[in-house]
Amino acid sequence: MSAMPSNTAALPSMDNARASANGEAAEGLWSDVWKRFKRNPIALAGFYVVCLLAFMALFADFLANDKPYYLEYRGKTYFPIIRSYIVDVKLGRWPAELLNAEFKKLEGAKSVFPPIAYRPSNINLLEPLEPPSAKHWFGTDKLGRDIVAGMIHGSRISLSIGFVAVGIAVMIGVVLGAIAGYFGSWVDMVVSRLFEVMLSIPTFFLLITIAALLPPSIFLTMGIIGLTSWVGIARFTRNEFLKIRNLDYVTSAIALGVSNRKVMFKHILPNALAPVIVSVVLGIAGAILVESSLSFLGIGVPAELVTWGSILHEASSTTFAWWLAVFPGFAIFITVLAYYLVGEGLREVLDPRLRGLR
Amino acid sequence: MGAYLIQRTLLMIPTFLGITLIGFLIMRLAPGDPAELRAAGGLGAAAGGGISVEKRGSVDEAVAQWRAQYGLDKPLHTQYFVWLKNLFTLSFGDSFKDNQSVWNKILERLPVTVKLNLWSIFVVYLVAIPLGIYSATHPNSVGDQITTLAAFVLFAVPLVWAATMAIVFICGGDFYYLFPPGGLESLDFSEDWPLLKKMRDHAWHLFLPVVLLSYDGFAGMSRYMRASMLEVLGQDYVQVARAKGLSEKIVIMKHVLRNSLIPQVTILASILPGVIGGSVIIETIFSIPGLGQLGFESVLARDYPTVLALFTVSAVLTLIGILISDILLAAVDPRIAFGRRQQ
Repeated sequence: MSAMPSNTAALPSMDNARASANGEAAEGLWSDVWKRFKRNPIALAGFYVVCLLAFMALFADFLANDKPYYLEYRGKTYFPIIRSYIVDVKLGRWPAELLNAEFKKLEGAKSVFPPIAYRPSNINLLEPLEPPSAKHWFGTDKLGRDIVAGMIHGSRISLSIGFVAVGIAVMIGVVLGAIAGYFGSWVDMVVSRLFEVMLSIPTFFLLITIAALLPPSIFLTMGIIGLTSWVGIARFTRNEFLKIRNLDYVTSAIALGVSNRKVMFKHILPNALAPVIVSVVLGIAGAILVESSLSFLGIGVPAELVTWGSILHEASSTTFAWWLAVFPGFAIFITVLAYYLVGEGLREVLDPRLRGLR
Repeated sequence: MGAYLIQRTLLMIPTFLGITLIGFLIMRLAPGDPAELRAAGGLGAAAGGGISVEKRGSVDEAVAQWRAQYGLDKPLHTQYFVWLKNLFTLSFGDSFKDNQSVWNKILERLPVTVKLNLWSIFVVYLVAIPLGIYSATHPNSVGDQITTLAAFVLFAVPLVWAATMAIVFICGGDFYYLFPPGGLESLDFSEDWPLLKKMRDHAWHLFLPVVLLSYDGFAGMSRYMRASMLEVLGQDYVQVARAKGLSEKIVIMKHVLRNSLIPQVTILASILPGVIGGSVIIETIFSIPGLGQLGFESVLARDYPTVLALFTVSAVLTLIGILISDILLAAVDPRIAFGRRQQ
């Protein structure tokens, strides 16, 4: 059913099926999922790319920084990058001789710099719009900022917006979907109408409208994307709840007097999660795409922050600077593709209708 | 069928009201006062604060007057009902930006966006349907896998990237001057040109925007086509047609294709909500004077009536799209009875 070579010949073993039906040992289900996911080389490649991106975002300061890892200066040794974290959380201060120092110009210092010795905030007006070279691998923008550094640190913005926005969407979507599917009847009617409204609304236009009206901020952008992208998750959850709600184990839980909230979130939700997870993974890709479109239009994220989309934005006005268009766009593309591949791989593994069919 | 239509239309009223209400609330509750903005625009930096107290007083007066003129001083719900009432006479009010009738502004731009999107939908069907047919008739072959993967990869290409790459490399002339950098017609375009030349000029300008609006639709559509065709291929009557000795070509083209096209009709409805939003990026990049560009400009200028009108127009378009695809579905497939829509 998808691009990946079919490899789902293996049925989930009976033990696993029984374990997940009992609701216990969720671990069994997930290790089974991982085992079968692993057999799909394309999806696995996507997964590794996702891990690599997460690593890059997490350790951006160690990959691209204007401070050295290690510094020997006037007979003392320092670890400036680590020190900058300590200063940031106010546990320490810079030594006087290093305060506001330009680490690259310290006399007689021995230092080890990260592979990219720039931060995206390092403006160098002497080197505007330089094409890629040994010094600036992917060139510089019109303020002379290093593009590789901008992309590495931009991955933080992309990924955090992707995750937080989808987190918000999941919370709204799962709760609304669960309520609609669990209570049914008129509640379902009302909530489904709300879904219909959100589905017929021009979402991207709505998003642009809110983002342009509010002051630019990463957190607001996360919130707006989350608030406008929960419908898919809500509908999946609702449909799953409608199905599961009528199963015997739920009826017996209700008969035993378990509270509605507990039945919904403790008994039904874990079994309804599989299709939701696929849409969460695809949703992260969607949020990253949306963020890049917003930055591209120059709204949402503050102008001084370098994001993948904002570099593209600059490329569209300085059209001779091809490096501004090629690299950040490729980064968005690879990221989105990786999440799509993981999502498709998960769909194949998790979709009960596909289980054991081939 | 009449009763069904009426029922469907009535059900759309709450949805429609919901959409307009959301649009209305967002525009009104967002920080930033269009009256202030307009005053600032009219008076230059004067409204910013570098202005004496007595002059500030007259600015406030002007702002208040202007607010009263557009009814912005009334409570929210009154404003909404006034807006709804005007809607019945198809009046969206005047633009805050230039006092032009919003309705006229939209009518002026609508054909451009509709043309762009109709072409793009046409291109999607034109490419994806044959791809889907090929994939379904050669399931799991190398060709099937390659086309599927290619469509999937295309789907992941971000529109902003594709458009920027096009602008940088093949438009305008920094690298190759294959396409114009923007607009809908050449600068020296004149109505006196021979028809063929006019059409060529149009096609030259429309080509890239249409391709860029279409490419990400190939994956979904060809997948749907493949799936629905495989489903039909598995049915008994196809077996019968083959057993009768019909050639494979006739079986596919005449018996299978028609039935597997049915689900594709409904997809039309899901494309429509994205029309204005999707056009924003393309129309902004290629400076095409359509609804998307109008929308983006109006949002930046806090032109409430125009933005709200665009919300309404696109909501109506979407609801009509859903209705039409329902009717089409029933028209193509006699097995679907009106009023008994499957969930």
